[in-house]
Amino acid sequence: MQAIMAIPVLALAATTAFAQAPDANQARDMAATCANCHGTNGVSRGGTDSLAGRSKDDTASKMRAFKAGTRPGTVMPQLAKGFTDAQIDAMAGWFASQPAK
Amino acid sequence: MTMQRREFLQAAAAAAGLGVLAGCATTAGGARGKVVVVGGGYGGATAAKYLRMWSGGSVEVTLIEPRESFVSCPMSNLVIGGSKTIADVTTPYDALASRWGVNLVRDTATGVDVDRRVVTTAGGRSFSYDRLVLSPGIEFMFGTIPSYRADAARAVEIAPHAWQAGPQTVLLRRQLEAMPDGGVYALSIPLAPYRCPPGPYERACQVAWYFKRQKPRSKVLILDANADVTSKKGLFTKAWNEEYKGIVEYRPNHALADVDLATRTLKFEFGDDVRANVINVVPPQRAGAIARTAGVVTANDRWCEVDFLTFESIRGKGVHVLGDSTQSASGMPKSGHMANNHAKVAAAAILNALAGKPANPAPVLTNNCYSFITDKEVVHVVSVHQYDAAKKSILPVPGSGGLSPAMSELEGRFAFAWAQNIWADALM
Ligand SMILES: Cc1cc2nc3c(=O)[nH]c(=O)nc-3n(C[C@H](O)[C@H](O)[C@H](O)COP(=O)(O)OP(=O)(O)OC[C@H]3O[C@@H](n4cnc5c(N)ncnc54)[C@H](O)[C@@H]3O)c2cc1C
Ligand code: HEC
Repeated sequence: MQAIMAIPVLALAATTAFAQAPDANQARDMAATCANCHGTNGVSRGGTDSLAGRSKDDTASKMRAFKAGTRPGTVMPQLAKGFTDAQIDAMAGWFASQPAK
Repeated sequence: MTMQRREFLQAAAAAAGLGVLAGCATTAGGARGKVVVVGGGYGGATAAKYLRMWSGGSVEVTLIEPRESFVSCPMSNLVIGGSKTIADVTTPYDALASRWGVNLVRDTATGVDVDRRVVTTAGGRSFSYDRLVLSPGIEFMFGTIPSYRADAARAVEIAPHAWQAGPQTVLLRRQLEAMPDGGVYALSIPLAPYRCPPGPYERACQVAWYFKRQKPRSKVLILDANADVTSKKGLFTKAWNEEYKGIVEYRPNHALADVDLATRTLKFEFGDDVRANVINVVPPQRAGAIARTAGVVTANDRWCEVDFLTFESIRGKGVHVLGDSTQSASGMPKSGHMANNHAKVAAAAILNALAGKPANPAPVLTNNCYSFITDKEVVHVVSVHQYDAAKKSILPVPGSGGLSPAMSELEGRFAFAWAQNIWADALM
């Protein structure tokens, strides 16, 4: 219960920072946290799905489903809960703009 | 191969690298200058690559690292358990030079002049910089163990730590192979904070996995200075009570007082002495020595405090510290995954600074540590950390992150995928 209540507060804090002082590379920087498992710029070396070149909608809708608990997974449901919807959209848009190979 | 042909191939590789870099030039944002990176581990290698990649090659990057190739601590417990070899966890540094145009210098940094912005090396060279990145990992506090004070190098040949992957990993594996069935392996864990909270418990599982198959009458004795298992407690305890029942014994509150190297006996502040066939002593740790030389060790005489927007030291201007050497924020483990993420925040902030722009005001980090219970079955702990402007820290997002419900082979496959991807992300 405590955890559920806390999300909107932090989510708000993160969105405000995001809105106040935009940095041209903010989406790139956030997407770089996915590279450890999904490969540099979203081009996987194998064992996980590549994110580069996928449609923004595909990545964003899967992330939202992980977050909502309607899409099963091992790490992703727990990871997706750490990002706001605005952050998910920003990362999904950035991956969509990357060459698939 | 003739000399000309080799040079031609190198030039071709460099040109190909520039091709890779040119594709990113639009994001460079006008950054120009020189960055020196000390330490080519999880933090430093990633920083070197990302500084080149994100600047589109416009920033000069020199990486100073004495090791011939990158040997990973993550997955090295599998070498100790015997299901992998040291070659499996080793990656060459070449691609950082050929693909990304990093100047690789195989040497050890020994001096830092923070005012003049110059780094000097054991080999007598000096490198000037606009920004310095230090990611030297850990140094052991051998002085805390009385019998180590005279000759620590000899002590770790008898009682390997294997907490920096390489020859120490191989030495511990050899000792386990030479141990007779019915013997005891004792693992001494220091008080937190230390590098990789779940690492010692994963190691106990890997040694137990080996004993169960090859030396079933042998024992694993965990002697933990902490009051309890510091990470993934439920999952490890379950493994010791079920998978490794009768092999693993866990004793908390066992702070090491001394080691009798002649008899391989561990002595504790409280509790009975333990004599064992193989003693694996992981000593307490602090920031790598070069951080002290640079004057950026600011917390408890052990770790380096940084501004979490940039990873710049709170004391050394122009000096960014990454990875295990940093004073961790609340809920932030000392892990390879974290060091990799630190590197990206720092690289972005350095390039902005070199272009005269402020740092991204909302950096985000993720962490994930996979632990191998058997050779194939794995559990994870994952977290997301966002910048909190009021607290000036990067803190776990409440309600996110978590653990595996149970070990699985599926997560074993994802763990190997993590290793391949993070090694490539840092080095290729
Ligand atoms: C057994 C074990 C298992 C682990 N498992 C995991 C895991 O599964 N997942 C995970 O995320 N993390 C894991 N870790 C933790 C991980 O290894 C560290 O957190 C990570 O290596 C930290 O990165 P770093 O860049 O700070 O230091 P390092 O990776 O240690 O790199 C430091 C580098 O700096 C160099 N150096 C030091 N001083 C100098 C100098 N003066 N001049 C030049 N070079 C210098 C060193 O040679 C070294 O290459 C594990 C650790 C251990 C011991
Ligand atoms: C620790 C490793 C890890 C990290 C970090 C990680 N992922 Fe994943 N990702 C996985 C795994 C494993 C899966 C498979 C689903 C599962 O088991 O959770 C996956 C699946 C996905 C999928 C679904 C792919 C498909 O089509 O089925 C998407 C989308 C995704 N991740 C996006 C991201 C984004 C965006 C990030 C960065 C914020 C990220 N991931 C960070 C490991 C990771």
